[in-house]
Amino acid sequence: MRHLLSIADLTRDEVERILDSARSLATVDERLPTLRGRLVLNLFFESSTRTSSSFELAAKRLSADVMSLKAAGSSVDKGESLEDTILTLSQYDPAAIVVRHAQAGAPQLVARWSDAAVVNAGDGKHQHPTQALLDLFTMREALGPLEGLHVSIVGDVLHSRVARSLLQALALVGARTTLVGPPTLLPRGVEALGCETATEIEAIGDADVVYVLRMQRERMESAYVPSLREYAARWGITPERVRPGQLVMHPGPMNRGVELDGRVADGPQSLVLAQVRAGLFVRMAVLRELLAARPALEVVA
Amino acid sequence: MTLVCRNGRSDSLVLEGRLAGGECVAVTVTDGVVSGIEPAAATTRVLAPAFVDPHVHLRSPGREDEETIASGTAAAAAGGYCAILAMPNTDPIVDSASVLGSLVAAARHDALVPTGFMAAISKGLDGGELTEMAELADAGAVAFTDDGRPVASAGLLRRALQYGAVTGRKLALHCEEPTLARDGQVHEGPVSTELGLAPYPSVAESAMVERDLSLAAYEGRPLHLMHLSAAESVEALEAAQARGVAATAEVTPHHLVLTDEAVRGLDSNVKMNPPLRAEADRAALLSGLRSGAIAAVATDHAPHSREEKAEPFEAAPFGVTGLETAFAALYTHLVGPGLLPLQTLLERMSAGPARALGLPVPAVEVGARANLVLLDLEAEWTVDESGFRSRSANSWLLGERLRGRVLATVADGRVVHA
Repeated sequence: MRHLLSIADLTRDEVERILDSARSLATVDERLPTLRGRLVLNLFFESSTRTSSSFELAAKRLSADVMSLKAAGSSVDKGESLEDTILTLSQYDPAAIVVRHAQAGAPQLVARWSDAAVVNAGDGKHQHPTQALLDLFTMREALGPLEGLHVSIVGDVLHSRVARSLLQALALVGARTTLVGPPTLLPRGVEALGCETATEIEAIGDADVVYVLRMQRERMESAYVPSLREYAARWGITPERVRPGQLVMHPGPMNRGVELDGRVADGPQSLVLAQVRAGLFVRMAVLRELLAARPALEVVA
Repeated sequence: MTLVCRNGRSDSLVLEGRLAGGECVAVTVTDGVVSGIEPAAATTRVLAPAFVDPHVHLRSPGREDEETIASGTAAAAAGGYCAILAMPNTDPIVDSASVLGSLVAAARHDALVPTGFMAAISKGLDGGELTEMAELADAGAVAFTDDGRPVASAGLLRRALQYGAVTGRKLALHCEEPTLARDGQVHEGPVSTELGLAPYPSVAESAMVERDLSLAAYEGRPLHLMHLSAAESVEALEAAQARGVAATAEVTPHHLVLTDEAVRGLDSNVKMNPPLRAEADRAALLSGLRSGAIAAVATDHAPHSREEKAEPFEAAPFGVTGLETAFAALYTHLVGPGLLPLQTLLERMSAGPARALGLPVPAVEVGARANLVLLDLEAEWTVDESGFRSRSANSWLLGERLRGRVLATVADGRVVHA
């Protein structure tokens, strides 16, 4: 594995290896020397709280030098092209570049212009592979083997890179997925990616895990749903709609009371905070997988 | 109607090649006119009427860094073209006789190949008010189009069709229903779903094609449909033609060769509007071209700077170049595998578009102005960024090996490429 741009870059074995590695990292509570002297560059061209903070902490826990840049306040703000930004920062010889960008395909370009290992931390509505891996990790910790697991993904699948990555990842490990949401937010022909679809919220009944997607206000403005009120009434995850024993996940940030009722989010069936914690270990595992196999050149004095 | 190019001495020469009918001939050109056609020794080279491209973006005025009249017509000459039509979506927009007049004057100095200019249907291409179409027609507008954008208002399109009785010029339409296409990037289908790119459904085109054909039928006026991409559009076109609507259409080499599968690599050089569609669409376009329902191959040559195309796929502009690769791409991908007869391809790249837009039809006959292309069908070459006459290299064929090469082009009696 040279880069992690998409779940499609991974084999099932690699996924299992990353999850196992994350598990062992979760038991270590001291800083590891794995990436000492190597530079991890976090480039966030789009806003992020949990992804950027967990990548930063993950790199620090592995003793890497970490440099985190956001578009706001950088030369990107002054109109510098992505290519020039990458060529400039590449002069510091980063071992890895973690990139989030509002446009699909940006991490592929970074990988073309730089010698570093590139990790896609979310590109447009395309992919967010480390989110999918941390979600798999969270499910496996809570429920055991993933094969045969049934996951229902609820909400705005059309605009969600989280849903796309997770759907692919679940298919890769042999889990079953049902997408549930208003027909206007289910991509046409999505069944071809190996899932079932339903428009009635009752369809979540069979699932082991209900994975709730963020409902963005601008979707309502562009008439994908008539109102957030109607969305919440039809597809919102409330205590009444969750079956005992079902687990609930959300990638954050949540719109409480819209796609997810606060009582569910804070209740015993919620894995939301476990997901955040898993993010750290999984991102450590990804950086280690990408970089440990490619040791830096030893400088011989 | 005006096609202009720079003045120069007409050439006298002899070209030998095999005509579409099969006979090998030596064509003598004297002072720019075909003066004799004699039998000649067998040759594998093909001699044909030169090509006509009804859809070219010359980017001038405004983006001379991407293309100029001189570089664009040099690219056309290298591609075997003896006439091209330039689109009005420049900066400033060609929506007044003064802008058009300055372009016609510039083309008299700079155009290597006879060039015609289309003018805008609506002022500022904003779909609000008609341009002064009669004055523009007098100033040399070959046809009218808002290309790059649809004429969203059915009412405005109806007025423009009616006004055609005054101008005597055709409307050429970019069919895209804007509320369906929205911010669409790629064909709506498995690829857009998997990549998470905003979908641009084929019905966004075909719904508009159907509307435009209905209006043309109602008004009894001709129209030309640009760069068709969807099977449903071809169906609508054929149905309208069967009802007697005077509709013509064009298709691009990239829509005839590629499908949306090519987008998976997120290469911005396969991003264009309309987008590459499904295999069934590609097959329908090819069948329409074969039958003649689609009369013309048009490159929709759309140069973009390297910097613009180096943006991530979603941010990169729509459009690819095509003048210098059109024949070889279609010969390699369609004629080679037996999907399209050579003779049909040559017709759809020359007489087809010329008739559709009311331009002089290039012909190899004694007494005609010499508009000839000499082709080597055996020659293989690799499409390379450094080999273009165009100022831009945003080709969907970069690095590809093609068969068929333009050896020489004679346009309006002059050797413009050899």
